[in-house]
Amino acid sequence: MAWDRNQMAARAAQELQDGWYVNLGIGIPTLVSNYIPEGIEVTLQSENGMLGMGPFPAENEIDADLINAGKQTITELPHTAYFDSATSFGMIRGGKIAMAILGAMEVAENGDLANWMIPKKLIKGMGGAMDLVAGVGRVVVVMDHCNKQGESKILRQCTLPLTGQRVVDRIITNLGVLDIEKGGLRIIELAPNVTRDELHAATEARIIE
Amino acid sequence: MKKVYTNAADALNDLLFDGMTIAAGGFGLCGIPELLLQAIKKRGTKDLIFASNNAGVDDFGIGVLLQTHQVKKMISSYVGENSEFMRQYLSGELELEFTPQGTLAERMRAGGCGIPGFYTKTGVGTLIAEGKEHKDFDGETYILERGIFADLSIVKAWKADTTGNAVFRKTARNFNPPAAMCGKICVIEVEEIVKPGELDPDSIHLPSIYVHRVIQGHHEKRIEQRTIRAA
Repeated sequence: MAWDRNQMAARAAQELQDGWYVNLGIGIPTLVSNYIPEGIEVTLQSENGMLGMGPFPAENEIDADLINAGKQTITELPHTAYFDSATSFGMIRGGKIAMAILGAMEVAENGDLANWMIPKKLIKGMGGAMDLVAGVGRVVVVMDHCNKQGESKILRQCTLPLTGQRVVDRIITNLGVLDIEKGGLRIIELAPNVTRDELHAATEARIIE
Repeated sequence: MKKVYTNAADALNDLLFDGMTIAAGGFGLCGIPELLLQAIKKRGTKDLIFASNNAGVDDFGIGVLLQTHQVKKMISSYVGENSEFMRQYLSGELELEFTPQGTLAERMRAGGCGIPGFYTKTGVGTLIAEGKEHKDFDGETYILERGIFADLSIVKAWKADTTGNAVFRKTARNFNPPAAMCGKICVIEVEEIVKPGELDPDSIHLPSIYVHRVIQGHHEKRIEQRTIRAA
């Protein structure tokens, strides 16, 4: 039985280390904040200018001046700090953010990432994704292993325009956990009742043993 | 030197011209100079080039200037949530220079600091690196990005004193300080104007040297994604 969205987020939360400053992308990565392990303190950065992002507000706490990078209303915490966008991306570009957890459309076996554009179909923009993958210490992708047509999203080479070249360190999918290594992907973990053969069959990229 | 003007139209009166480049603060609909944008719409200034992270939504923010076809080009990192923008872009009516969010913020900051260009790893090996100078430093490849020098900056702050010292509130700060810095002239709109001395000098986010004109007004402060936690 493969992992569902919440189980993927819970598995991604196991990547967090005490004291880290972390940036979570939109979608499944946002759910990771629900599964931060006990005894681990992480500070979430929101690239629109905040460290110490809190949970969504109660109705009476909604504040138009307080949103996350997905434009959703959020709350602050006692240790929150605010700053401008140039300072925020200074932290990112400067390597101060330990890890980013992001969604993806495609990942290649060399770590290339595509998650911002489908030519002629989806042209919204890269937002802060290119800055994040180029600047943070470690990039973890959380995504479904295959697209809606059942085709592998983990490829020999990306077909879509890249967000970054050789930037992904680890991929967490509904089927398991894979690391980008020299020569291909290494299976780190399988989701419950998923076999190595099933993972191989669902993966276009080379898997090294 | 009087910096306080009665309203947005008054503050922008002698500053607008067709084809000008405007740097605008804001992220999504948060902390956008909504009153100054409305005044530009009323004036009908055309062929505008906007450096702004986003393009607003159809009926708010820069979106109101797209409806009236006043914008020639956007320099932005993300333009989703705006169907009129997509229509104009896909039909070739509107130019778009996609710039990664951090690169855009730094291009504004650099322009405001007199820095014409800087090297960054962001975007190396992607579409946005095409045609840009590449240079290796210590074994890593970087691309050259240019500082932005705008004709006008329009910015939203929370409070300012009458000399232009300004403070922002929470994540509404976002692109406003770097946008303010990179314009030849900067006009800011605030929720409250106070006397000099009422803002803590140790807590000024945008010093008055960057601010040439100030207006006070009522802000709608629209929320794009109203998200609440389960009770």
